[in-house]
Amino acid sequence: MTKERDSALPRRTVLKGLGAGSALALAGGMPRYVQAQTSEPIRLGFQLHRTGIGAVYGRWYQRTTEAALKVLNEAGGINGRPVEIIFEDDGTDPKRGSEVFEKLAVQRKCDLVFGALFSHVVVGTAPRAAELRVPYLVCSEGHHVAAGLNRWTLQPGITDVRSQVISMAPWVSSNLGKKVTMIYPDYAFGFDHRDFFQEAMKAQGGEVIELIPVPPTETSFTRYLPRIPSETEVLYHVMVGPAVLTFVKELGEFYGTGAHPEIFGFIDSLEGISTESPGLEFLEGSHFWEGMPRYRQPDSTEFDAFYRKAVGVDDSGAAVGDPKDVSTYAHMFSCWETLFVIKKAMEAASYKGPDDRQAIVEAMEAMTTFADSREHPQGDKVFNGRTHQVFGHQFISKVVGGKLEVVQRTAIEDGFYPDAVDYTTMPF
Amino acid sequence: MTGGVRVWALHLAVLVALALAPLVVPPYHATNLARIMVLAVFAMGYNIAFGYTGLLSLGHALLLAAGMYATGLLVAHGGWTAGPALLAGALAGAGVAFVVGLLALRTTGAAFMIVTLMFAQAGYLTILYFGDLTRGDEGFTLAREARTLFGLDLVTDATRYSAALALFAAGLIGCLLLVRSRTGRVLVAVRENSERTRMLGYDPFRARLLALTLSGLYAGTAGAAYALLFGYVGASFATVQYSVLALLWVLLGGAGTVLGPLVGTLVMFYLVDFAGNLTDATLFVVGAALILLILFARTGLLGTLRARALAWLP
Repeated sequence: MTKERDSALPRRTVLKGLGAGSALALAGGMPRYVQAQTSEPIRLGFQLHRTGIGAVYGRWYQRTTEAALKVLNEAGGINGRPVEIIFEDDGTDPKRGSEVFEKLAVQRKCDLVFGALFSHVVVGTAPRAAELRVPYLVCSEGHHVAAGLNRWTLQPGITDVRSQVISMAPWVSSNLGKKVTMIYPDYAFGFDHRDFFQEAMKAQGGEVIELIPVPPTETSFTRYLPRIPSETEVLYHVMVGPAVLTFVKELGEFYGTGAHPEIFGFIDSLEGISTESPGLEFLEGSHFWEGMPRYRQPDSTEFDAFYRKAVGVDDSGAAVGDPKDVSTYAHMFSCWETLFVIKKAMEAASYKGPDDRQAIVEAMEAMTTFADSREHPQGDKVFNGRTHQVFGHQFISKVVGGKLEVVQRTAIEDGFYPDAVDYTTMPF
Repeated sequence: MTGGVRVWALHLAVLVALALAPLVVPPYHATNLARIMVLAVFAMGYNIAFGYTGLLSLGHALLLAAGMYATGLLVAHGGWTAGPALLAGALAGAGVAFVVGLLALRTTGAAFMIVTLMFAQAGYLTILYFGDLTRGDEGFTLAREARTLFGLDLVTDATRYSAALALFAAGLIGCLLLVRSRTGRVLVAVRENSERTRMLGYDPFRARLLALTLSGLYAGTAGAAYALLFGYVGASFATVQYSVLALLWVLLGGAGTVLGPLVGTLVMFYLVDFAGNLTDATLFVVGAALILLILFARTGLLGTLRARALAWLP
């Protein structure tokens, strides 16, 4: 008698269960719950620089992300669930950036947020990401993530500026010259170049013989150019914004047709601008860093071809059908690749809903390499889970006939540097 | 109900409504309200200078940044705790305003606008110049553990909201006391007719300097509070954009009304926010709204209300 009672379900429990089950079934609650677990869209937020100083980048970041989303959903989405992306303009402003993050994460109920490029927006937003415990994946190239922000902020789609700079130095030292003069913006972005490139050149037996910081409000550079020492072998320039056109023109007037140092710059200053633009003739024969080659190269991969076609970019890096609409090709791949890292992390974490957000971060921290593929058309990469920073190949291109021809592809290891943080030991 | 009771009842009712808001609005709007209250303190400071004293400044971003950087740098590099750092931020705003006022108040009208704009630009460039300390345009974050005030964790939403409300309430009551005081009436007199005020035996320069210093106290406190409550200190807050924003918030809400800065900050915030849900061209919507305001409510929302129905509104 006792045994029978133990093995059977108590009558009251059975009745309760039947009642509750019937109620759920009648209300449609059970099927909807099951449905939500299986096919409700995953919703991702995108912090977009649609307006403000980052607008040129923002336009192409959105196009690239929408193209990647189409590819992703056509291949079955994430864990079999379709993916939606909500774009919200942050005005390239850190205060609004933080507000937009809040809106995407809390009001629009996005599972995570990605996409920010400008460093001040990233730094201004990161504290709120940690407070809300929502993964924040930045496409910024700033050194801030690896320098130490918080455990919820990661940069899995693009190498940071420190890595870019130190992987350039050996080639510059061996091929262009050992005595370098640097002209750079007199604020944080320029300081990263100043500090890390000096250090890297010293390690190569070269030296930076003159530093010429230029205030960001400067519109003419003529008074800075006479400070370039005559023994300079390499002129290293990093300029941002429209001032680069004036800078190049005035540099050309300064040197005229006479001898001048080799010129090496970062393509950041010419993103969205054709290298064949009138006024940029003086750049002929000079070299640029590129995160991904704007002009399709003879040895470009099939993955690059697939990516160009999907985003709508021609072989010269401009929008298909509109040669004047030049893309931000050296950076925008980061959005594409970040989206596919998100897919990989969510699938590894068997992501079901916001309760699994921490598992996304942990899944990313466990990642080590990304193979050259359609998901990573810029090339293979190494991800450092401790510092939340990805490392990849860098490209040095020469301006030949107004076009950029790749002359060097660095090894991933060239960009490695000692870890400054270990996020995996920090609490969430 | 007498005028005084009515005025106090209205303002206390606003504070009670703000205190109850987190219980009824979704969390997203509660955090927004915390931001809006901090920024409204900045706008209230601007209102003391512009709305009540007639000082059209384009340099208030400098005062906001003075408070923000004083607090941020002392916490991040000096190891100060939040309480003393907040006080230092408030005093930095007042101190910078006092020094700027000593020089800039020798001018009036358009010249005052230009001089204050130049001071603010110099402040912005100074932040960039000392980039090794300030991290320039990129800015820096404050460690989570440093954001504790009198044992309260400012990182949690409820505490943050309460701290923002306490700050806003102090600012609102302070402003109300000021404008209803003899000093407040002198400020308005200076705004309306400086020479006549001088003839009556008051010193307009001293009155303006006092208004600007109090304005700086509000702006500096708001900057310091923003740093502690939201954990970020950045040079963008020192740009002319934030001087113009303060002006717009005050104009929209109603210059020379105590509640105008709150209303202006709130409406502008949600105008941008809602416009973002409707269109990509958010700035177009904001611009159109401001044009409508100029056409149909030149004295701002509360200014118009005061002119048409509530003459007792301070």
